[in-house]
Amino acid sequence: MENPSQPAATATADQPTDARPADAQQTLIEVRDLKVEFNIRGGVVKAVDGLTFDIKRGQTVGIIGESGCGKSVTARAILRMVPKPGKITGGEILYYRYSRYPRKDGKSQDIEVIDMTKLDPDGELVRQIRGGEIAMIFQEPMSSLTPVYTAGTHLNEAITLHRLIPLKRLGDQMVEKIVEYRRVTKEEAREIAIQMLRRVGIPKPEQRVDSYPHQLSGGQRQRVMIAIALSTEPYMLIADEPTTALDVSIEAQILDIMRELQQTANMAIMFITHNLGVIASMADEIVVMYMGKQVERAKVVDLFYNPKHPYTQALLQSVPKLGPKTGARLASIEGMVPDPLHLPSGCVFHPRCPAFMPGKCDKLIPQWNKVGENHWARCLLYEE
Amino acid sequence: MTDSLQNGKKDNILLEVNGLKKYFPIQKGLLRKVVGYVKAVDDVSLYVREGETLGLVGESGCGKTTASRSIIRLYEPTAGQVLFKSRVLSPDGRPRMVNLLELNREQMTKVREEIAMIFQDPINSLNPRMTVADIIAEPMVIHGKYQKGRSEEIIISLLERVGLRADHLRRYPHEFSGGQRQRIGIARALALNPRLVLCDEPVSALDVSIQAQTLNLLQDLQKDFNLSYLFVAHDLSVVQHISDRIAVMYVGKVVEMASSEELYANPLHPYTEALLSAVPKPDPLYKSERIIMQGDVADPSNPPSGCYFHPRCRYVIDRCKTEAPAFREVKPDHWVACHRAEELQLKGI
Amino acid sequence: MAVATAPSALPLGKKKEVGQSYWDLVWYRFKKNKLGVIGAVLLVALYVSFVAIPEFIAPYQLENRSNFVEAPPTAIRLVDANGQFQAPFIYGLDRKVDTVKRLRTWQVNTDRKYPVRLFVQGDEYRLLGLVSTNIHLFGIEADQKEQRIFIMGADALGRDYFTRIMYGGRLSLMIGLIGQFLTLALGATLGVISGYYGGAVDMFVQRFTEFLAAFPNIPLFMALSAAIPAFWSPIAVYFMLTIILAFLGWGGLARQVRGLILSLREREYALAAKSFGAKDRRIMFRHLLPGTMSHVIVIATLSIPGMILAETALSWLGLGLRPPLTSWGTLLQDAATVRAIRFVPWLLWVVPPILLTILTYNLLGDGLRDALDPYSSR
Ligand SMILES: Nc1ncnc2c1ncn2[C@@H]1O[C@H](COP(=O)(O)OP(=O)(O)OP(=O)(O)O)[C@@H](O)[C@H]1O
Ligand SMILES: Nc1ncnc2c1ncn2[C@@H]1O[C@H](COP(=O)(O)OP(=O)(O)OP(=O)(O)O)[C@@H](O)[C@H]1O
Ligand code: SF4
Ligand code: SF4
Ligand SMILES: [Mg+2]
Ligand SMILES: [Mg+2]
Repeated sequence: MENPSQPAATATADQPTDARPADAQQTLIEVRDLKVEFNIRGGVVKAVDGLTFDIKRGQTVGIIGESGCGKSVTARAILRMVPKPGKITGGEILYYRYSRYPRKDGKSQDIEVIDMTKLDPDGELVRQIRGGEIAMIFQEPMSSLTPVYTAGTHLNEAITLHRLIPLKRLGDQMVEKIVEYRRVTKEEAREIAIQMLRRVGIPKPEQRVDSYPHQLSGGQRQRVMIAIALSTEPYMLIADEPTTALDVSIEAQILDIMRELQQTANMAIMFITHNLGVIASMADEIVVMYMGKQVERAKVVDLFYNPKHPYTQALLQSVPKLGPKTGARLASIEGMVPDPLHLPSGCVFHPRCPAFMPGKCDKLIPQWNKVGENHWARCLLYEE
Repeated sequence: MTDSLQNGKKDNILLEVNGLKKYFPIQKGLLRKVVGYVKAVDDVSLYVREGETLGLVGESGCGKTTASRSIIRLYEPTAGQVLFKSRVLSPDGRPRMVNLLELNREQMTKVREEIAMIFQDPINSLNPRMTVADIIAEPMVIHGKYQKGRSEEIIISLLERVGLRADHLRRYPHEFSGGQRQRIGIARALALNPRLVLCDEPVSALDVSIQAQTLNLLQDLQKDFNLSYLFVAHDLSVVQHISDRIAVMYVGKVVEMASSEELYANPLHPYTEALLSAVPKPDPLYKSERIIMQGDVADPSNPPSGCYFHPRCRYVIDRCKTEAPAFREVKPDHWVACHRAEELQLKGI
Repeated sequence: MAVATAPSALPLGKKKEVGQSYWDLVWYRFKKNKLGVIGAVLLVALYVSFVAIPEFIAPYQLENRSNFVEAPPTAIRLVDANGQFQAPFIYGLDRKVDTVKRLRTWQVNTDRKYPVRLFVQGDEYRLLGLVSTNIHLFGIEADQKEQRIFIMGADALGRDYFTRIMYGGRLSLMIGLIGQFLTLALGATLGVISGYYGGAVDMFVQRFTEFLAAFPNIPLFMALSAAIPAFWSPIAVYFMLTIILAFLGWGGLARQVRGLILSLREREYALAAKSFGAKDRRIMFRHLLPGTMSHVIVIATLSIPGMILAETALSWLGLGLRPPLTSWGTLLQDAATVRAIRFVPWLLWVVPPILLTILTYNLLGDGLRDALDPYSSR
């Protein structure tokens, strides 16, 4: 069974003035059997097929997997921003929303359960949530931050999606965001913006706050994006490969900031990456995806020290590790990722699986099995 | 200035680079007046032995790509010396050291037979309008070595050697995944039987599992064809896995060069130490003791005085701010450019 | 052995020997664009009928004069004077001369009926310049002196205007195509060289195109056409005009190609070729130029109409083709007098084919533009 700890229907009565609930173990996002499909030229791509997990407050869930396995689509589905030919075709995404500020009487706080899949993706509510409650750092900002938009289509996205707007000072962009979602004055917001820039390692933030996006290097812009996402103190941060384009030293710096904010603000993080080193140091729980399917889910230590699914095992062995040189070959996963339009029968991993069981794996579809405490895997090895 | 690398113990050297510089002019205004230079490569010295892999690591923008391209004169270097032990240019067929920067056009074209290049971007490095067969055949065609039938057999065997199939021959690059495309690029690099392959981040754009396959392939090919690699990358774990020796670059300069075990165990340059400490480990129980580097990477068009690393170095002394450290051999086969290399006790992994 | 065999990305059932080239993908996308396909089909039809077989479609020979001076278009009828329904036919025309008004008019004579037939015998011609025949697509079986069919009327020399439009299309459409071809060759070559080498070469080419673009066109035309000796044969004049048009048009194309080359030059595949020792010429024409082709074709398609219009305009101004050469431009010249519009308005029938040509080229060009980037929606 995969029951999340049920959220308390009402928070404790004696809340402090900060609206954030004290209990870190409350569920914030619950994804149930999510399905996203792309209807394209050659057929239907099941980009996400039956994904189930939940994210608790103050917790980091890592999503790992190879390119094209559906990580970004999952992230975008949560914010209802699946790109054009894509559609959410099944499942639900429950968001346990706390009213942002304490009630007038300063006493109780309500939790509202919102099914994100039922909302109008362009509606006011979704926009509010996207804005300051769940922030997202997008993948490949280098391309999206080009000062000239090739087509007008992206401009609208740029404004709603917290991308940097060209020809507008960084400080103004940040202040606008901050005052929208936090109860501060413009002057305070500017202070916060400068502090945030300093924390993400932008040199001379007092001056840089008045510069324009095109005056920054690619890596600096990426850091500014992170600063903006974090400056509204969101309940949850979705970080889609936030550091892939950065150097190790800057990457480490950014990861430190995220961890720190997570502790001070009890922020949840959904961290998407294919860098196993990064995820090991960040996540509490990890979801491993392969071809749109969730193949394993476990606490980070269990996953790295006791991986159950053959794919996870192979993935972990295929990263070169720093340390005494052994001269050995890397254990690599044979073959290529299959064509998403023509997925193999049975277990989708079977053509590449080292533990392939003929007559079984290519026929039967493995179920989501509990293989340990807080540990699930989708593999026939763990079925009778 | 750099010590000449000549005084170290070096045998079997295939490629030796001394004091290589490449400055890109910064032009402004209508008349394109040169207002300054981007010192993308500013004094790079290194050497590659026959049959070994030299890794070249460094942060983004430190000049790794520019250095490797300057070596085979895709960019015309501003200064320096690139010595290569060439077979095709020697009259008696015995390998002979030549300075690539002094060769004329014709000789340079001939040497390109012996030095091949693999590019970072698996999408952009293959011409989308050519079939796989044409792409791999191109080096042979250029050097007038293409013979119908025979060459096709060679192409097929190369293709199979890198893990593709003969029926891929008539396909176009966009029909392949990133990893497969990189294999096509590797097959093309091997078409002329080179002795040195310059690999510019060949696995950076690939997925973890595909990256492992490609690294294994490169290692196998090295054994089979007795290749030497200059392997450029920014991922230290990858570089360490594949390299015999490693050179670390910072803002256009090589600051440290040593065998990979030595470099990781006993780094002598503070920058190497900081870089090693920041590498994330795929181990959730590992507690990192990361060294925080202050400030940003230096701007290559306006580098700091003295040691380029001094504004970020935690061991900085006054001398570092004025005097640039020489690149010298501190231990046998361990080169470093730091004033305090002997006294500092740095931490490796 | 991890790398020994890499399974294909395609499932076994769909394995193909030959891959899909860039142009296959362009074609696939183009086919989905209805308007573009319509444009292409119409264009092919236009070229076949106007360039390849106008002799067959036109009922007469180009210079076949008659007494039917400025006869109005002949109505093709299905119902006769008695209200009887029958196969298509026309009535005969009688000449009436109004001596008072000094006007000549044509009157329908319902007594003479001539059925309109398909594939009738008429003037002798060589189909596609090869087969000698006298079969025409349609016509009437009557003595040419007695009655003719003028579906678009006749001109001042009694020639069938429809025939003249058909023949005139040949020169006009060809001048667009040949002129654009020359423009393309000149513009693409200079653009590639300019973009690839940069520096002084680039400077020179750029300044020269700017000079051409800044030069006022009409005086230039006048000067150039004045330079064409009067004793030249009409065909020589025709080719000269084509070359002049191409010469004026290549600048814009060269600029576009140059821009594309500047971005392609930094592509790693060009560097890769260079790293293997490829010569400049190979890099330019084997690697860089093909990358610009899709763009160039769209630009060329969209600028052929301009070329056709330029010919038309020049000939209309009397600067281009001159009789006895017949093009849409020279026909328009005949039509564009007040007298013509007042008394022989059917001479304006030359306008619809010009418009149709421009429209089809634009439809095709737009379709190509959309299909240009087939990798974009992968
Ligand atoms: N706009 C789109 N149109 C069609 N298919 C799409 C689109 N976006 C994503 N897909 C499909 O969804 C699948 C998952 O894509 P997704 O971007 O989530 O991968 P990812 O795991 O984020 O990969 P990466 O590591 O490369 O970012 C892909 O196989 C792709 O085929
Ligand atoms: N053609 C050029 N003109 C001007 N400056 C250049 C040119 N090519 C590179 N540079 C500059 O030279 C420096 C080194 O660039 P290079 O591409 O060699 O770095 P790199 O180490 O390969 O970085 P990365 O890891 O990002 O590939 C950078 O500051 C870059 O901006
Ligand atoms: S179900 Fe079979 S093929 Fe799939 S992962 Fe498990 S063992 Fe491998
Ligand atoms: S020379 Fe000085 S500043 Fe440079 S690395 Fe050594 S100690 Fe640091
Ligand atoms: Mg993604
Ligand atoms: Mg590079």
